[in-house]
Order: sequence, then structure tokens, then C-alpha cells
Amino acid sequence: MSVTMTPAAAERVQSFMQNRGKGLGLRLGIKTTGCSGLAYVLEFVDDLNEDDQLFHIDDVNIIIDEKSLVYLDGIELDFVKEGLNEGFKFTNPNAKGECGCGESFNV
Amino acid sequence: MALLQIAEPGQSTVPHEHRLAAGIDLGTTNSLIASVQSGSASTLSDDQGRDILPSIVSYQADNVLVGQTAQALSIEDPENTVTSAKRLIGRSLHDIQSKYPSLPYNFCGDENHPEIMTRQGAVNPVQVSAEILKSLNARAQAALGGDLTGVVITVPAHFDDAQRQSTKDAAKLAGVSVLRLLNEPTAAAVAYGLDSGQEGVIAVYDLGGGTFDISILRLNKGVFEVLATGGDSALGGDDFDVALVDYLIEQAGLVRPLSPSLERQLMQQACFAKEQLTAKEQVEITILLDDNSNWQTSLSKAQLNVLIGPLVNKTLRACRRTLKDAEIGIDEVIEVVMVGGSTRVPLVRTEVEKHFNKTPLTSIDPDKVVAIGAAIQADVLVGNKPDSEMLLLDVTPLSLGLETMGGLVEKVIPRNTTIPVAKAQEFTTFKDGQTAMAVHVLQGERELVDDCRSLARFELRGIPAMTAGAAHIRVTFKVDADGLLSVSAMEKSSGVESSIEVKPSFGLDDNQISQMIKDSMSNAADDMQARMLKEQQVEASRVIESVQAALLADSKLLTTDEIAAIENAIKLLAQVSQGQEVKAIENALDAVNDSTAIFAERRMDSSISQALAGQAVDKM
Repeated sequence: MSVTMTPAAAERVQSFMQNRGKGLGLRLGIKTTGCSGLAYVLEFVDDLNEDDQLFHIDDVNIIIDEKSLVYLDGIELDFVKEGLNEGFKFTNPNAKGECGCGESFNV
Repeated sequence: MALLQIAEPGQSTVPHEHRLAAGIDLGTTNSLIASVQSGSASTLSDDQGRDILPSIVSYQADNVLVGQTAQALSIEDPENTVTSAKRLIGRSLHDIQSKYPSLPYNFCGDENHPEIMTRQGAVNPVQVSAEILKSLNARAQAALGGDLTGVVITVPAHFDDAQRQSTKDAAKLAGVSVLRLLNEPTAAAVAYGLDSGQEGVIAVYDLGGGTFDISILRLNKGVFEVLATGGDSALGGDDFDVALVDYLIEQAGLVRPLSPSLERQLMQQACFAKEQLTAKEQVEITILLDDNSNWQTSLSKAQLNVLIGPLVNKTLRACRRTLKDAEIGIDEVIEVVMVGGSTRVPLVRTEVEKHFNKTPLTSIDPDKVVAIGAAIQADVLVGNKPDSEMLLLDVTPLSLGLETMGGLVEKVIPRNTTIPVAKAQEFTTFKDGQTAMAVHVLQGERELVDDCRSLARFELRGIPAMTAGAAHIRVTFKVDADGLLSVSAMEKSSGVESSIEVKPSFGLDDNQISQMIKDSMSNAADDMQARMLKEQQVEASRVIESVQAALLADSKLLTTDEIAAIENAIKLLAQVSQGQEVKAIENALDAVNDSTAIFAERRMDSSISQALAGQAVDKM
């Protein structure tokens, strides 16, 4: 299993976590929804679920549930700025297709 | 790929349905927009990295400029450049002219709808504010990567209904959906998280460039109540600069009138020195005089404090008066929140601290704190937070519902629901070929229409003709945070829609509301009985209607005896449904059902064989 973060993403995640002042870590996951079948989940975590696995990457607790794990192996989380818009972006080697906006994908 | 933000646990949205929200501080001199992203609220800057948008709109021959570009024109083209539209919004011409006699604009329009004549024609303050909101909205769309679901706009606590409504109108004109208007001091308190803190009295000290406001709030069960407001609409940080300029002129031995460029230079130097003295104890000031010689002096923090001391004292006197209005002792104040750029001045902070005997909250940038609080509120209102963190804002005093067949009330939003709220329910047509439906909106706790209060009626027309019960009509009740109810009805297959807006609490006082609730309790059993009877009666007439329609169409499928049996059963049902016996109607309904079972079966078979006739198997 490998999940990586760019330095920019790690720094932002750390600062957002600190700003929020509570929480166990950051959840990465997938949901079966969206126009291309699957969509990414990016959430703060307050409670762990039974099937959650915990990874410690760049001083951040990354939490991924077992079902999402298979889709996310090899994924890289980046934080980018596009014009005035800033946000996180996934690079997923497993994704075969994306919808026009890239918010949902299939494998 | 679209950029993602970190959501609260369980609050991830599906793609393309992100609930983007923003808070707007629509200020007299400057405006800001902020948003919560990945759990942090921050102001959004324009493509040049500037957060602050001067609230200035300039009407040029072929375009409308907003913000910094308009500001540059405010001196050379004052008639066409509107500053401080907030002072004019929702006010009559008489009000404006008596309060601000020296405005450079050419006013037109009538007493209640003042307008400013510009080279682009007459514009009213609502339109000017809309330009500012449009500009901020465009910035937010670019920064957040999508259309905003809604915004929270802040207004001064002392704004009256007309000023609030005008602010909402401006948002509508700008194409911005307003989640709610929020009082500026409340927004500042929300930014510091005081809404989830200890209940009690909070003072918000807001010293801007040109205005001073003091608001006394009481936090009670998650709701901020404004106890009193006070201040001075002509006192602010600009007056500090003026005091300093006067001092410099005196020190340099200059005599007014001075050249405009020297005045402007003195003003800039004074403002700069004031800001420098926030961190430093002493600054050097150099002024280039008209004869091209330099005049130098140094200014200490102590000297600045002497100059602005009387002005700061003036604000404290207003604080004392306002506390007295609110009938609050100074020791009852549990928190003091600082708002406005001028609260950075060290003397202001120390004097306020001394006055309230409490360290004021200053950790959030005082220029941005109102916008940030509004953004936090907006984020909650669009539903990006779990329900448990939803602020209790207000509740519906009585249930809201609509009339259904038989004069019954179907409640859509129950009493004591926290607002804002939206609920939808599906209804259908009662008769074959029914193409219109009357929607009667009611308020109250009783079961029958006659016992509730009628709020509004409207009609949904253009429903495609269908058999009874086939149409899906979705009726949505929405109560916004300001207590405004809107009801809309939509037929799903055709998309025809109709709607109405009402103010549900209009004209009802607390006594009437509690009487209405009491009545519903004491009449509960009767109401229940009445409802059951009505329901059975409605069901009876529906069944009679549909069986008769079926007989008309397909009586050939039945023998004469069978037809007679069905007609008998219907006759009996029609008879008993006029009476008051719920049980008898139920029995008669069962009898009709039994007698028509074979008929229904044959109709089904016949329509299937009709549908299949002449079709090849592989086409099915």
C-alpha cells in the first residue's frame, strides 16, 4: 500500500488540521457516485470505523477504509492553485477514465 | 480535475453538488468576501492579491467600475462615482439630505425612491450595492471554482426593515442567493466562536475608518439578541488622521489654505505614521513643502496618544451610554470583541481594556472578522456541517401545511422546527383528466382547514391530463432564516411550476399563537375523529368516481348481473359516506372492492392482450 502527499499537500493538511483544533486525521476514500461511477472523499475524521486503516504519512494520520484502499493504492495527494482557486487534487494511477471535470472517475 | 476541499466527517458532497457558500461584509467604505474551505474561514482575494474591495462604484460612459479602479476616479469624477451607498440604502430622500447635506450627487427620483443621476442614467442605492455584490460574487466563483449556493450578508444591528429589505433586493439584483442577513456584531461574535461558548452579555466595539458602532448582545440558547446599539456615524480612524495633520501643520508653522497636493501628502504621512506607531515607539516624518524644501520631525507614540485621546474617550462615553440603554452593568459583560481597522491603534485597545476591565478579543484581523463570521454562518446554513453543530437560530411558532381533499390539513413543516428549513411532500390529482390544482397554505395545529389560519392560496395549472392519482405534484415549503415562507408546487412529468411567498408570523402575536396551540390540545380527540371520517369520505368518493369511470369504459367485460352488483355496492357506499359512521363507510368500501375484484382482473387482462396484439415476441 502506498499513498503519498506532495510537500504542499502535507503542509496544507497539517495547517487545516491545526486550525480545526480537533480530529484524528484525514480520511481519503471513494464513494460510488458521480457521473463516472466513483468519486473521491476528503474528510476530517473524528471517529474511527471498524474497517478503517491508519497510515502515518508526513506527520499526518491518513485514514482509509478497507473498501477504498484497493482503489487508492499508489495515489498521490497534491495541493494546487489554479487561478484564484486553490484545493486538493488526486493523481490516481488506477483511474482509467474521468468525467469532464475530473470529480468522478472509474477504474 | 476539479479541486477538492476537506469536508467535515460524513459531509462530503457528490460531484457537481458542492455546497459553496460565502460571507459578505458589505461595508460603508470597504467590502470583503470570505469562505470556509477545508474547515478554515478566510477572506478571498482578487487576482492582484487584494482582500479589500472599496465600496465605490463609478459609472463611466461605456462601463461600470467597482473597487480600486472606481476609487481612483472619486476625486476627479465625483458626480458619477458613488461612495458609501450603504449610507443611502433604504432611506428616503429627505433622510439622506438632512443627514448628509454635502453629498456631491445629483439626486433625482421621488421622495421614497431616491436616485442618483449619472452619465449612465439614474441609479438607485440598491443598484449601486448590487454592483459591489456582483464583483464580490465573481471573485468568489473564481476562487471557489463554482457557483455559490448562497451567501450571508452582514448589516449593522441598527438597520431597519427597509434597509434590510433593500440589501436583500441588491443581492437579488446581483444574482446572489441570500441565505440570511446577519447583524455585523453577531458575525464578529460568531467568528470568535462565542456562539458555542458561555451564555451572557457580549460587547462588540467596532471602530472603522469613518464610523463607530458599539453593540451590546446577549447570547441565550444559541441565539444572539441585540440589547442595544449606539455609536457615532461620524467618528472613526480618519478623524485620528485629521487630528494628526492639524498637529503637523501647527508644528511646521504652515497656515491653511494649503495646496491640495500638500494636504494629500500630509494626510498620507499622518496615516502612515499612525500605522507605524502600532508597533514602534517613534517615527520620523518628512514633508516635502511647496518650495521644494523638506521639513522633518519625529513623532512619539505618547504624542499620538495625546492627540487622539479625546476621540477615544468619545467612543468610551458612547459605550457607557449604550450599556445604560441596555440596562447592563459593566461587570456583566463577559467578552469584548474588537472590530474595524482602527482598533489596531494601541491606545484604543488599552483604553477599551481599562473601560471594560477585560482583555478584548483581537486575535482575528479586525478588518476581516465580520466577513469571517458571516462565512462560518453561511457554511453552516448551506449544510456543510453535521446537524448537531447547526446553530439554533429560530423556530417556526406554528405548523405549516396545506389543504387536502375533504377540508383536511396536511402538515408539511411541524411547529418548533428550527429555521431555515425546506420540506417537500408529494401530492396527486383526485380526478381523471384534472389539469389544475389549488394549493391552500395554512398555519395551525388543528386537523381541519376551518380551524386553522389561511395564509395564502395559489393554483398550479397546466398539469397534463392523466388518470386520477397518476400525476406527481411535489409541493415544497421553505421558511428562510428571516421567517419568510415560500411555497412552490411542481408537476414532475411536465415540470409546470407555481409558487407564492408569505410571511407566516404576519399579524399573529404571541397570545394568538399560544391560543392556537392550546386549542389543538383540547380538541385533539375530536380532531382525530373528524380527520378519520373525512379521510374515509374522501376515499369513498374517489372509489365511486373511479369505478364509474371504469364502468363507462369497459362495461362490455361484465355480465348484466355483475354490473348490477357493482352498482348496488356503489349506491350503498354513496349513501353511508354521507353519514358520520366511520366503520360503516369502511365496510361499504370493502364491499365495493369485493364486487369489483373480478372486473379489475378482466380489465387488466384485456388491456394486456390489447397491448400485445400484433407484436412480435422479439420486439417486446
